[in-house]
This record gives sequence, structure tokens and C-alpha cells, in this order.
Amino acid sequence: MNDAAWETLSNQAVAAAGLAYFVALIVHLAEWAALRQPAAREAALVGADAAAGAPVESPAESAAPSERVAFLGRLGFLVTCIAAGAHAVALVGRGMAADPNRVPWGNMYEFTVSGTFVVTLMYLALYRRFKLAWMAPIVVGFVLTVLMVAVIWLHQKVAPLTEALDSYWLVIHVVAAVIATGAFTLGGIASIMYLVKMRSGDDAGGWLGRVPTLDALDKLAYRVHAFAFPVWTFAVLITGPIWAHEAWSRYWNWDPKEVWAFITWVVYAGYLHARATAGWRGRNAAILALVGLGTLWFNFIGINYFATNSQHSYALEAPAAVVAPVVRA
Amino acid sequence: MSEPTPARPVGRGELTARELARWTWRQVTSMRTALVLLLLLALAAIPGSVVPQTGVDALAVTRWKDEHPKLTPIYEKLDLFSVYDSIWFSAIYLLLVLSLVGCIVPRLGVYARGFRAQPPETPRHLSRLPDHTTYETTESVDEVLARAREVLGRRHRVRAADAGADSVSAERGHLREAGNLLFHLSVLIVLAGFGVGGLYGYQGGVILVQGSTFGNNLTQYDDFDPGGLFTPTQLDDFDFTVDDFEVEWLTSGAGAGTARGFQAGLSYREGDGESEEYDLRVNHPLSIADTDVFLIGHGYAPVITVRDGEGEIAWTGPTVFLPQDQSFVSFGVVKANGAKPEKIGLEGLFYPTFELFEGDPISVFPDDLKPLVSMLVYTGDLGLDSGEAQSVYVLDKEDATQLTDDEGKPVRLDLSLGETVELPDGLGSVTLERVDPWIRVQISQTPGKEVALLGVVLALIGLCGSLFIRPRRVWVRARTLTADGSPDGSGETTTVVEVAGLDRSGNGEIAEVLADLVAVLKNEKEPRP
Ligand code: HEM
Repeated sequence: MNDAAWETLSNQAVAAAGLAYFVALIVHLAEWAALRQPAAREAALVGADAAAGAPVESPAESAAPSERVAFLGRLGFLVTCIAAGAHAVALVGRGMAADPNRVPWGNMYEFTVSGTFVVTLMYLALYRRFKLAWMAPIVVGFVLTVLMVAVIWLHQKVAPLTEALDSYWLVIHVVAAVIATGAFTLGGIASIMYLVKMRSGDDAGGWLGRVPTLDALDKLAYRVHAFAFPVWTFAVLITGPIWAHEAWSRYWNWDPKEVWAFITWVVYAGYLHARATAGWRGRNAAILALVGLGTLWFNFIGINYFATNSQHSYALEAPAAVVAPVVRA
Repeated sequence: MSEPTPARPVGRGELTARELARWTWRQVTSMRTALVLLLLLALAAIPGSVVPQTGVDALAVTRWKDEHPKLTPIYEKLDLFSVYDSIWFSAIYLLLVLSLVGCIVPRLGVYARGFRAQPPETPRHLSRLPDHTTYETTESVDEVLARAREVLGRRHRVRAADAGADSVSAERGHLREAGNLLFHLSVLIVLAGFGVGGLYGYQGGVILVQGSTFGNNLTQYDDFDPGGLFTPTQLDDFDFTVDDFEVEWLTSGAGAGTARGFQAGLSYREGDGESEEYDLRVNHPLSIADTDVFLIGHGYAPVITVRDGEGEIAWTGPTVFLPQDQSFVSFGVVKANGAKPEKIGLEGLFYPTFELFEGDPISVFPDDLKPLVSMLVYTGDLGLDSGEAQSVYVLDKEDATQLTDDEGKPVRLDLSLGETVELPDGLGSVTLERVDPWIRVQISQTPGKEVALLGVVLALIGLCGSLFIRPRRVWVRARTLTADGSPDGSGETTTVVEVAGLDRSGNGEIAEVLADLVAVLKNEKEPRP
């Protein structure tokens, strides 16, 4: 296979992944819709108590719908796995299409495709352990949306890595940053659901009944954030500076990208701090986590459009070609 | 650990200076203050990403100031062009440091004192703890307690048995606090390393044409940005020569017109040592003693020779032209000050691969495949005699006269490689001999970088300890119970075992831990290794 064929394959795989995510989304939405009915009927039949009791495991009387729910859930999961497979092919294709072959994160498009892939991957990996079934449509919807944005606005043809990006520190740095981004995003989803669920309380019916209890959501969010934070620390405060030092002679230069990575770090440090010392749980902690997520994604995508002087602007020229005119006395 | 202290109501007349100091200190070191300061730090960092910063891109600052004459004085007052050195930004982080020290030092003391401490006595009423469970067994109290001691002893610190004790008290996760302390201490180490770099380090830049030599002293730098406590004696004694410079240009594919594989062959000498070779590349700086040399830019220096009206060489040599954009169309000037009868100044553009596109000159490729310089000519007063410092990249045309032809149009010299053009009025001639590459190197010392790196690594280790070690206390109490429920030790007895736990991080799954423990105690499950 030649480079052009790889590139075509990659583009087709992204399209296939998008399509599969879309199907998965529909399936999961159908699953949610199916959930609504039994809960509503039960509430009407048995009164408020039943709905308050155990809305997650619907009692046997509504066996048929709950079987359908379980089936749709499994189907959605399967389709998401297929989507993730195509997604992976798209990434490999990008890397193989470049000459010389390289890691698939040379520009914003590739970066975004990698980032969303990790969100999916972490979701699939943690699906059983943290019982994430309730999260399915949100994760799939999120990944689909961001992928669509990437394809429509960020797409670029395969090009070799600019010189400064060609460093193994970059590989480590980006892998860590992308993993942390994926995890923070999952944690943020848990925090959003906390805030949504807070309005109706733990005894909500319908799909909200499927979402774990407030307490469980809060703990889930904390755990995921507690995992992501050290990874982020490693990415932006260890490997990032080492690489920056090699490439630009300054390990920390207060470049806008660095500033926002730092802001994200400080906000999440505040989140953990608040939980550990101020005893912030639940609502306040969730809001702080979402502020952190906002700064993270702003840095990921937004900063490239707001700040013109970022050395990290992947889409633009290599730092080596940037020459600030010098005034010689 | 100090809890947030509520503002203490202070009665009139009671406020002595000492009390005030104490109250202030409490406020500064309170958890809430630390949190507020952290979030404030995040907020304060924002302006520096929106407004151009002198330390990052001085040129962008100048441009911004030109475009916003009204805002500039206000921004300058607020230090918005150097946010991270500003008083208000420093105030926040210094307060944070103060708060950190005030917080850590007492905690270190507490931790040191408590390091060898036994787990506390078993609370009297285990059933009052939020997580507790009870079961009955036919084993004797002693059997149960011995087993509990053994099982818990594997992964816990267990309180030595008090005489006649009916319970076991165990604790684990001491290292969490150690990790947390290490993390907070390391933040101070990082700041110290960072601070040393800012104060004692420097960054300098210089443009060097292929073939030229750089000796490391202040006069040789084009720009130099030292830290506040930098002294020139810090400069390492070395020199290096740029032997050659090569770029690989991509000619096809999506990356066409961009460059790869920048490589500058240097021969360098430290002190009076032997000359050594180094291939300077992006991401591969050269380290000489405490100094690092980085390749950060490149461009073209056409070698131009100006002969004056008397046939003498008034100027010759590589002339650095500065790239204007990615096409590497570059701008430069020549000042032939000694030319007679008239001084000659040239100003114009360099096209690496010249082409006329609908009558306009452009460069179709950034490599110098078909180079051409196109310059306008000035004579007369070039401002060089005023004694004022002048940039070598700018021609002072204020008092100069532009050469024009008979029709009054400006004279434009278009020189391709090796070409010589005569100037009108017998003023002389200009030749483009060849084109040399130049590189821009950044030379810097960053003392404290190892300290900062060590600091973050330690911080990360401490952080992981703090986040993933789950400190908890576990108690097992066993009592005999007669058949009728009175603990008088007679008749048929069963043993009631109470198990309770306290998760000190507040995030663990203590109920599961207890269920596990109970299963093990009941011999239903093997203890985890
Ligand atoms: C540079 C500023 C600071 C940063 C980045 C920071 C960061 C953190 C982080 C990420 C945690 C969470 C670790 C965990 O959950 O165990 C934490 C916990 C903690 N921090 Fe800080 N902190 C800072 C300053 C302070 C200050 C000034 C104080 C004291 C006033 C303090 C006292 C504590 C305490 C008591 C804990 C909780 C310990 C525990 O749960 O065992 N920190 N900090």
C-alpha cells in the first residue's frame, strides 16, 4: 500500500467510525427511550414508592421492556466497539500515510481524532469496572460531535511532522496529555450528570434512574479525576517542559498553550484540594471540575484561534522557520 | 490539620498587635485561603495568554502597542505586557508560598511525632460508626482476635494488645500523609528551581552566517535577556564556527515548500581545548559547560559587492536578509558608507526562487534555486554619521536621496546570481556574488532546571501516594454471648464479632473492605496476599 492509499483508507475509516458512532448513538437513545416506559407505567401502577425504590432493576412484571433495554444496551456497546475499531484504523492510516511513518498527531485534526479515540477507549475499558452503561449515549454523542467538528473544520492532508514536533519526548508528552484529556472528559461527564441528577434527586425515574446515585457519581468523578490529574501533571509539567527545552531552549515560556495547561492544572489541583481539605463534595466540586474541563478543551481547540503567538500552533510553521527580526545596535 | 478558622469576633480594645498577627497568620494558612489563592492564580494567569508578552514575543508587543495607543498606557500601568513578573501575580504566588510553608511545617511536625504512634484504642461503641457490621460465630473470643490480628497484621499496623483487650485496632495508609507532604514540599522545590533560573539565567540570540565564528561574550550577541542577578562572569568560555548549514526542502506532497532536517555543522572549542564537531539540529541542542546552544531559525545572506565611482570596493560580504514569511522572501539593506563620491545605500528584497507572476515578482519556492535580489538605491546622508545606534536591518532614508532614472522613476537593481549592474551617473556598480545561508541560534543558561525537574518528579511521586494510598482504621471486637444473651460466660456461648472501619480519605469503599474482612475472618475466603 502506498501513502496515498493509506490516507484514503484513513479518511474512509473516519467516515465509517462516524457512521458507527451514529448508529450506536441511535441504539443507545432507543435504549433510553425504552427505559422511560416501564418506569412511567410502574409509577402509575404502584405509586410513588416503586419509582423511588429501585428504578435501575425494573421488577419482573415489565420483563419484556427491560429485556429489550438490556439487548439494546449490549448492541450499542458492540457497535461502539466496532466504531472504535474503525477509529483505530483511521489513526494507524494517518501514521502510515506520512513519509516517514510517524505518530498520528502532527496537527489539530490528528490531535482531535486521537483525543476522541482515547475517550472511547477509556470508556470501553472502564465500562465494566465502573458500570458505565448509563454513560453510553453521552460518551458516544460527545465523540461523534467532536469527530464531526474535526472532519469538517480541522481536516488537513497528511504531511510530515514539522521538525520541532519530531521528538520522542513529544510522543510521551502527547500520549500522556491525550490520556489525561480523555479521562478528564469522562470525569466531567460524571460531574455533569451529577448536576443534572441533582435537580431531580436520587429517586428520579426514566433514564435518570439508570444513572448511578448522586453519591456514586460523585465518587466516580473523583476517582477518574484522581487518575487523570497525575497523568496531566506528568504531561504538562514534566515531559512538556523537557521537550520545550530541547526544541525552543526554554522549558517554560508562558506561551499561551502552556499558560492554559497551567490554568487547567491549577483548577484541577483546586478541585482535589477542595475535596480533600474544604470537604467540598457534590455540587461545588462538580462545578469546579467542569471549570477545569472547560479550560482543558479551550486549550485543546480554542486557544489556536485566539492566541496568535503560540509556538504550539501545530497548523502553522515549524518554530525553526520563525525568525524574530533582531535589532542590532 | 487546621480547619478553616472562622473570623474570630474581636471585642473592642482587645486587639493587641500580637493577636492581630496571630489572627492574620491563621487566615493566611487556612485551607480556604489556600484554595482561594490557587483559584486566583489560575485566574491571574489568563491575561498573559491574551495580551502579548514581552518575554515571549517582544515584536508582538510593539505591534500591539502601535495598534492600541489608547489602551497601551493603562495596560502598561497594570503590567499586562509582563504578567508573570508583575507585582500582582507575584503577590498571589508569594502568598501561596507563605501559606504553603505555614501549612506544611506544622504538619511535618505532627507527622514526625505521630510516625511511630500506635493505632488508637478501639472506640467503645463501634456500632456508632457509619460503617460497621456484626456477625456471630462459635469460635472463641481469643480465636477470633488472634485471627484478626494475623489477618490485619499483613497489611496494617496493629496496636499492641492491651492487657485483657477484647479488640484489635489496626491502621494503614500512613504513607498517604507522607506523600501529601512530599507533594507540597516539592511544589516549593519547583518554585525555587524556577526562581533561580529566572534570576541567574539568561537567553541570548545571534544570527550567524555560514563560515562565521561566535565567541561567547556579551558584545557578540544580537539580543540578550539576562535575569535580575545575572553577572557577565557567568558566561562560559567557548567559541564555535558555523561550518555549513543544510536544509532539506520538501518538493512534493502536502508538506511541499516546508523544510525538514535543518542541520548546522559546528566546530566548537571550550576554553583552550581541542576543537570538536557537532551537528546542531532542532531538538538536539549543543551543551557546552552550563550553556546550551539551540538552532531556532535560518535564512539567506546574499553576498553583495558594491564598487564605488572610483572603482574601489566600498562594501562586500554576506548581508543578512530577514525572512518576511514562509516563502522566505526576505528583506535587507546594504550601507556602503565609504563609497565615493557618494555614499550608497541599498534596500530591497531577496527572492530565493524568483518568478514573475502576472508582472509581480514572487518566490515560488523557499529554497534558493533561482535567487534574485531586487533593490532600490539611495545616496547622500544615510544617517550613519549622527553617532546614534542604528539597526543593521534598517536604512535611514530620511535625509537620503533616492536614485531615479531619466524619466524620474526609481532605479531598481534586479540581480541574479553572479550578475553585476552599473549604477547610473557613474556612481559605481553592484554585484551579487553568491548566497550564503545563515542560522539563528539561541544561547542560554538555565540554572536550576535540574532542581525544578527533580521537584516535579518528587511532586508527582508524592501526589500518587497522596491520591492512591487509602488510609483507614479497622477495628474488630469480639465478645462472648450466652444463649440467653447475657455475657456472663456460662452456658452455651457464641461469640459476637463487631467489625468497623473508618476511611480517612473519605473516598474509599469501606463497606466492601469490611465485607471482605468479615469473609476472611469467617474463613469463607482466603486473605489477600
Ligand atoms: C501550590 C499550591 C498548592 C497545590 C498545587 C496543592 C495541591 C493539592 C492537591 C492536588 C491535593 C490533593 C491530594 C489529595 O487529595 O490527597 C492537596 C491536598 C492538601 N493540601 Fe494542598 N496544594 C497547595 C497548597 C496548599 C496549602 C497552602 C495548604 C495549607 C494551607 C495545603 C494543604 C493541603 C492539605 C491539608 C491537603 C489534604 C491532605 C489530605 O487529604 O490528607 N495545600 N493539595
